[in-house]
Amino acid sequence: MKKFWALFFFFWPAVAFWSCWIARSRGWWFPASEDNPLGLAMSPLGQQIDGLFYLILGIVAVVFVGTQFALGYALWMSATKEDSKPAHYSHGSHSLELIWTIVPAFVLVFIALYQMNVWAEFRVQSYFPNETKEDGPKLEVTARQFEWRMRYPAPGQVLSNQPQAGDLYAVNEMHVQTGRPVKFNLRTGDVQHAFFAPQLRVKQDAVAGLIIPVWLEVPKAGKYDLVCAELCGWGHYKMRATIVAEPKEKVEEYLRNLEQEQNFDGVAPAAAEE
Amino acid sequence: MATVSPAIESHSDDHSHGNDHGHGHQQSFFYTYLWSTDHKMIGKQFLITTMIMMMVGGALALAVRWQLAFPWQNMPVLGPVFKLFLGEGGQISPEFYTMLFTMHASVMIFLVIIPILAGAFGNFLIPLQIGADDMAFPVLNALSYWFMWPAIACFGTSFFVGGATAGPAGGWTSYPLLSALQEAAPGSGAAQTFWLMGLTLVGVSSMMGSVNYMTTIINMRAPGMTLFRMPLTIWSMFITAILQAFALPVLTAAGFMLLTDRIMGTCFFVPAGIVVNNAAPTIGGGQPLLWQHLFWFYSHPAVYIMLLPAMGMVSDMLSCMSRKPVFGYKPMVYSMAAIAGLGFIVWGHHMFTSGMNPALGMTFMTSTMMIALPSAIKTFNWIGTIWGGNVKFNSVMLNCSGFVAMFIVGGLSGIFMAAVPVDIYFHDTYFIVAHFHYVLFGSTLFGVFAGITFWFPKMFGRLMNDTVAKWHFALTFIGFNGTFFPMHLLGISGMPRRYADPYLHPYLEHLLPMNQFITCSAILMGFAQFLLLGNFLYSMYRGEKCGRNPWGANGLEWSAPSPPGHGNFDVPPVCYRGPYEYSSPEAGALNQDFILQTEVPPDMSKIATAETAATA
Ligand code: HEM
Ligand SMILES: [Cu+2]
Ligand SMILES: [Cu+2]
Repeated sequence: MKKFWALFFFFWPAVAFWSCWIARSRGWWFPASEDNPLGLAMSPLGQQIDGLFYLILGIVAVVFVGTQFALGYALWMSATKEDSKPAHYSHGSHSLELIWTIVPAFVLVFIALYQMNVWAEFRVQSYFPNETKEDGPKLEVTARQFEWRMRYPAPGQVLSNQPQAGDLYAVNEMHVQTGRPVKFNLRTGDVQHAFFAPQLRVKQDAVAGLIIPVWLEVPKAGKYDLVCAELCGWGHYKMRATIVAEPKEKVEEYLRNLEQEQNFDGVAPAAAEE
Repeated sequence: MATVSPAIESHSDDHSHGNDHGHGHQQSFFYTYLWSTDHKMIGKQFLITTMIMMMVGGALALAVRWQLAFPWQNMPVLGPVFKLFLGEGGQISPEFYTMLFTMHASVMIFLVIIPILAGAFGNFLIPLQIGADDMAFPVLNALSYWFMWPAIACFGTSFFVGGATAGPAGGWTSYPLLSALQEAAPGSGAAQTFWLMGLTLVGVSSMMGSVNYMTTIINMRAPGMTLFRMPLTIWSMFITAILQAFALPVLTAAGFMLLTDRIMGTCFFVPAGIVVNNAAPTIGGGQPLLWQHLFWFYSHPAVYIMLLPAMGMVSDMLSCMSRKPVFGYKPMVYSMAAIAGLGFIVWGHHMFTSGMNPALGMTFMTSTMMIALPSAIKTFNWIGTIWGGNVKFNSVMLNCSGFVAMFIVGGLSGIFMAAVPVDIYFHDTYFIVAHFHYVLFGSTLFGVFAGITFWFPKMFGRLMNDTVAKWHFALTFIGFNGTFFPMHLLGISGMPRRYADPYLHPYLEHLLPMNQFITCSAILMGFAQFLLLGNFLYSMYRGEKCGRNPWGANGLEWSAPSPPGHGNFDVPPVCYRGPYEYSSPEAGALNQDFILQTEVPPDMSKIATAETAATA
């Protein structure tokens, strides 16, 4: 029985490791799709985030295997020796303590420092890509219970924080230009929500009273999910929207259509004489 | 206390009546079992109450899991129960789902984990392990237990007051504005208010406990029980009490602010001009982020309040079951102190995506990385404790090893989330859910299971059945890992938490089978707990009787009768050495592999000469 229990503690980490190993092929990994079977991040910043994830995953996997093995082995040693042999009487070892304090400390500080710039690029405005500074915010995204509202400035205008006459509105569909960082303002109309685009690895809370600038860049045209990641009430789960990434001309066309639709007074031109 | 369960009292081995203050101390049922000021009875009261609450919280969790595996389908077993009490709930509505996970977390955190560690084990063990006859303030102690009941009543009311369609809807974190504006979650009015009052009452109870623990540990140690001879359990309880005392007032204040925001419109957390659900615009002047700062300023230290005592107890038990001193006693103490200290400056890691100043994100990232360090040191020391020991493979040891194994997973997943850029993706996904269940359930509860089995003989004078306890361990361990390990993968797949129906989103549709697997594992784990309860109840009356020291352990508590009478010890104990001198030469001189802290040091010089004489 002793050996059984020692093996038990070897066995489960092996299963855990194996389930991570096969996860990607089973679809239990980053969201994938037909044109992105590997579930790669669909934005450059997202790829950097994934890079960090894999770096940490590597370090963590080594530590996981090492410590679980040590635990299992310590049990195994006891399970296989005769009972009469006394335990090793020791209160510890100063040099071991030093080693296992200093080595992890270096690794942790390295991880902390190594990713500062990715974070800065994502959130610190002075580190935002230059294009976003030149262009200014392209639209305003307002989360509400339980939908996403987009407000684009009228073509040729700049976005202002107060709604302007001529602004264009859309619900649950966000159009962004491909291949260029796009900045937008994120806010909420009521309670807290969070803008989460899983394939783009972007997440930012929308906080009442704040207007938060966020940027994202999508190199590849396509449709991407936008969901809510902060509990916002009973309909939290159904705040489903789409980010449509398409070339500049298409976005412009979309906006023109939107403008036409919005200016359409419901009166067909033929009957305009009334 | 001669009336304390005669069945139990009668076989306290060589029980001396010198301590019974004569028999004039006979007490009625009321003073013995209800309004008792004896720390042991209060500890047991806490233990049994929290075990019942654990089953309640578990049932709520299974209801949550049902919805995730079989969305919008009628719930078996629990469904009719909810229907009976709430009028609805056979099929889970989104509102009910919100309420279920809110109450699951609230019950587990505030009515199970915090009170079972500090309340049950803290109360039972502190006086016994430091050699005191009771707590410093026995009446305060009884009050701290009895304040749990109004808290339970408030949480219960909040669950039932509005039926299945309206309840506390803010999650256990209760972020405003959702929690601050009644209109934001229709019908949550009274429920959320009761929830906040329950929270405050739990706080009052914990605060009374923590004042008591600090005073007792500082003032009432037996002669010879210096600080560095205290068992790590005591150190952990001491540090936990300090954390409570400093962090809790912040939560209490914040809770009152939220309460007045709700019922008087004070707008501490509510900015101007917000229109929720077509209600009138808010007057405003407040900031929702303030709540998050205040809440996490308490709740991050609180996660350590929910772990440190288990760490201390596991250190004690590992050392005993490995028949070997704790590896690196002082580093263990210092790392607990470091965790407590750093624990106050890492709260912002829950807010990386909240929109707070991004420079703060970097600061909190660094401090969070640093707090992983003492956790790592402790892990290495636990493994070092087992290494080269003479391990007793009983259920106590298995649960303790499970604790270490699970803590490693929880600590390592913490590193992903401590890295801010990675946390952008992981925040509020199932990865977080996996992380905190590994630390809170995987570590703390396995530690608690071990603790129950280990100190059960001291509480009731009988042993629990080891075979059943091993089955309980194995099934819980398998069920636990089957439930929570895949949640890491759900998180990586981008599944947000708190979704009543994730499959509405095409990118999550394929995760349904995995969620069904998780639910099956959870059901296995839930039902395995009946083994624990059954074993507990059965052994209370029928378990194998045992003497004072069935494990051959060293602590002061093992020199007292099992169960200890009123005043705990037959003679006031004197402490001669640290608590972990297993397999020491001194112990060897007594021909055993342990030596009680109260054992008068054997004359080693005589033994040494005898030995040399023998070898010569
Ligand atoms: C190695 C040390 C640890 C690190 C680096 C760490 C890091 C983190 C981080 C960064 C988060 C926030 C993630 C997010 O919401 O995006 C988090 C959440 C959490 N952690 Fe840890 N953690 C550690 C240990 C622990 C321990 C020991 C416990 C409890 C005993 C714990 C309990 C929790 C809980 C309950 C939450 C989530 C609360 C919620 O959002 O509902 N953590 N942890
Ligand atoms: Cu939302
Ligand atoms: Cu935390």
